[in-house]
Amino acid sequence: MSEAATEQKQLLKRTSIGFWLYLMTDCLLFASLFATYVVMRDATAGGPSGIDIFEMPLVLAETIILLTSSLACGLALVALATKNMRQLLVTLSLTFMLGAAFLVIEISEFAKLIGEGYGPQASGFLSAFFTLVGTHGAHVFIGLLWLAILFATFIRRGITDKLTRQLTLFGLFWHFLDLIWIFVFTVVYLMEVVT
Amino acid sequence: MLTLDRTIGTHFFTSDMGGNPMMYVNLIWAWGHPEVYILILPAFGVFSEVVSTFSRKRLFGYTSMVIAIMAITLLSFTVWLHHFFTMGAGANVNAFFGIMTMIIAVPTGVKVFNWLFTMFRGRISFKTPMLWFMGFITTFTIGGVTGVLMAVPGIDFQVHNSLFLVAHFHNMIIGGVLFGAFAALAYWWPKFTGFRLHEGLGIAAFWSWLVGFILAFGPLYILGLMGAVRRLDSYDASLGWQGLFIVAGVGVAIILLGVFFQVLQLAYSIWKRKELAVGPDPWDARTLEWAISTPIAEYNFATLDEVHERDAFWAFKQSGKHRSAAYHDITMPKNSGFGVLIAGAAFLVGFAVIWHVWWLAVIAFVVLIVLIICVGMREDIERTIPAERVATIENKLWGHRS
Repeated sequence: MSEAATEQKQLLKRTSIGFWLYLMTDCLLFASLFATYVVMRDATAGGPSGIDIFEMPLVLAETIILLTSSLACGLALVALATKNMRQLLVTLSLTFMLGAAFLVIEISEFAKLIGEGYGPQASGFLSAFFTLVGTHGAHVFIGLLWLAILFATFIRRGITDKLTRQLTLFGLFWHFLDLIWIFVFTVVYLMEVVT
Repeated sequence: MLTLDRTIGTHFFTSDMGGNPMMYVNLIWAWGHPEVYILILPAFGVFSEVVSTFSRKRLFGYTSMVIAIMAITLLSFTVWLHHFFTMGAGANVNAFFGIMTMIIAVPTGVKVFNWLFTMFRGRISFKTPMLWFMGFITTFTIGGVTGVLMAVPGIDFQVHNSLFLVAHFHNMIIGGVLFGAFAALAYWWPKFTGFRLHEGLGIAAFWSWLVGFILAFGPLYILGLMGAVRRLDSYDASLGWQGLFIVAGVGVAIILLGVFFQVLQLAYSIWKRKELAVGPDPWDARTLEWAISTPIAEYNFATLDEVHERDAFWAFKQSGKHRSAAYHDITMPKNSGFGVLIAGAAFLVGFAVIWHVWWLAVIAFVVLIVLIICVGMREDIERTIPAERVATIENKLWGHRS
């Protein structure tokens, strides 16, 4: 491997370690929110509990959309490695659009609940629900912002070593959010319906 | 979550509407206990360096020291309930956390023994940093065993929130963290300034602190065992405790004397820095930071020599090896103001949210995001120091190098 390529590989390794460190702190954040949610699941203060307000078809749609978005992101990194510009363009766009669709559904779900008077201030359960799911949504939103900037950089400057590094890290972030959603989907929605 | 409760009216920790104050207690201590280990582990690191340097002997049991650190880190996440044994979790839960709290004392004990074994058959020199270590090893061990005492829930029910607890945690923080910080300051001061701190004043400061600390907090252990509760501003005279409180007060005065000596030491040493000037290796130390000159060049090491053991500088000195004179170009990051700007914006966000200044919070947050995006988009972030310039700097720093 050429010296430049080795240097890039080492740089990616160092940067990745830093990014993994950040992801682990994010894990701790979500762990606290999950623990809080589980403890306060039944703290409904006479108001609605999960089973009253969750719309499972929408949740299923959200999940399929987000998982597909993650798939598109994986394909984008493949395109990056094989230097297939067209595939990169298409898959990155797909990643963004599906991520945005996920957020649109989630925001509409939140807006509906708040409109009915079941906002985060209504009970301990709702505080925990909105904060856990909302924090995940906020991460998705920031991810989309990041992706848009990376996309714009790609259009303007083409593939550079730096962009490759940044897209790789974005991939880590996006898959991580997908994993967190799996837990959200299971702990918040599925466990409510099953028990 | 607390911020959400305080700003938008959620019900995480309120006493009504489904809020759960015990959740706050659990979360804050699940953080709080690892936090105190975050406080003490760097101090432990300082002491490992100080003990080996001033015993002129390599650190005993390096591998077990590292494993002990890892064990402490892991175990620190499993003990948090010992901060609220009395809040009704029940005997079984208390028993688990009591046992884990006792277990975490073991790796710390391993470290204490390793430091002592490092001293054994060493050639010990009691300079100021080593004095701070001696103060640490005695007081921290005593404070540590009072912690093991309180790890027993039955005993903790008697001393929870008493002055015994107050004495314990001040013992750990002052004897551990603070003495570690003072040792670090005394030890590395000559490295980054090029002159020593006045030794006599350092000795005076140390003894004042040690004696003052023992007098200030020793009585609190006794008072705590006799039932004195914390967070009171006065205790009835009929209890007969006044004598002990007076001793504690005298201890505080002696600590203040210690602080006075420290300030005097700093001021005097800076004033007399020409007389107190030292070379790059005033302690005849063992590790690589002492191999570079003072003042320290921006790139720290001009050449990256091959290293074969831990106390690499000691090995270099023993073998009489000199640094190679072949200098290369050195790549350094460019200076940037972004760090300061981002910190400033983040500060404004935090400040505004606390005081409910919503307009400022929003503006500062937007500025923060824009700054972060700008940082990410920078292309030109490195500069190169050519080899000739490195050679010039090195020759100037080392003067007469061969």
